[in-house]
Amino acid sequence: MSDNATRQEALPGAAENHAGDHKPYAAYLLGLADDAMVYAQRLSEWMTNAPQIEEDMALGNIALDLLGQARALYPYVGSIDGTGRGEDDYAMQRDEREWRNVHLVEQERGDFADEMARLLWFSARQVELHTALAGSADDVLAGVAGKALKEVRYHLDHASLWVVRLGDGTDESHRRMQAALERVLPYLAELFDDDEASVLAAGLGVGVLPSSLHDAVVARAGRVVDEATLTLPNDSPWRSRGGRDGVHSRPMGYLLAEMQHIARSHPGATW
Amino acid sequence: MSGATNPPRTDSHDPQAPAEVAHQERSWPLWEVFVRGKRGLSHVHVGSLHAPDATLALRNARDVYTRRQEGVSIWVVRADDVTASSPAEKDSFFDPAADKVYRHPSFYDVPEDVEYL
Repeated sequence: MSDNATRQEALPGAAENHAGDHKPYAAYLLGLADDAMVYAQRLSEWMTNAPQIEEDMALGNIALDLLGQARALYPYVGSIDGTGRGEDDYAMQRDEREWRNVHLVEQERGDFADEMARLLWFSARQVELHTALAGSADDVLAGVAGKALKEVRYHLDHASLWVVRLGDGTDESHRRMQAALERVLPYLAELFDDDEASVLAAGLGVGVLPSSLHDAVVARAGRVVDEATLTLPNDSPWRSRGGRDGVHSRPMGYLLAEMQHIARSHPGATW
Repeated sequence: MSGATNPPRTDSHDPQAPAEVAHQERSWPLWEVFVRGKRGLSHVHVGSLHAPDATLALRNARDVYTRRQEGVSIWVVRADDVTASSPAEKDSFFDPAADKVYRHPSFYDVPEDVEYL
């Protein structure tokens, strides 16, 4: 991710250049970028670990799409939050409590069915989210969302094809796909929480209320689950919360350690 | 999302699993992939891949062979459905054409004022 231009942007003194651009909804954009960045990191773990080399490529491509979406947002966030930070500062130099992603994307990689369940729900959310954000009052965000929409539609398609094949496949694949849907369930409610930053951004016409996406996302995922002859579980004994406030679950620290250790061991290194 | 990270390419504790997985991998058929670079050109064979069915073969082809905007159209064909000439038949198939130079349109002069030839 590093190049000289972005690195220099982050040096002391850069902040003054952006002081006049301050906008109040930077935290909202950071949440969107962090969801994409952390899920890109998790999905990239499938390289060499997917059931087939073709699936390594597919999940790697999806990870790169998400990484690109995060990269498009981080420098912009830096230009409107008054810090002048660049993409590497956000991705590589922030501690766990400064990350605003939801818990769903930080959970450890389970089996392939787990990943397809997570990708189904995340992509269904992304499709609805980016559809709405393409009409954002913020031109940069609207542009990023418009471009991302084509990508996340493909991600949803990929997850859907696999959920249908596993659900409507053998007895074992059906059982394991159903179990995967149940394992991701506790992390779904958090996707639709109206946190403070979302309420503020939605009020300005820049963002959308997460709760307003709920019905459409559930309908999208539900259609796939039905076709897969599976059952949409809806009764979780517990639910995740806190990601948007920087409160994360146990796997997040390990994820950041792996993702950031090179950048932190060799500050400012380039190649 | 379980906490356990699975060993590569197997995710079952079933002692039969390795053989079963190997069998499943073998049972994913091979597909030949043809990509058309741009409108007006023909589809060209670019390689092959494994996929469980035609729909996923097309998706896999998109991910493996058109990541760098190589194409505007993809065909996938089951490798089993391709009837190919055999290397053993090379002599009888192709060599007889080698000494038939009169099959090339090179034995007449093109008049100078004929355009577009």
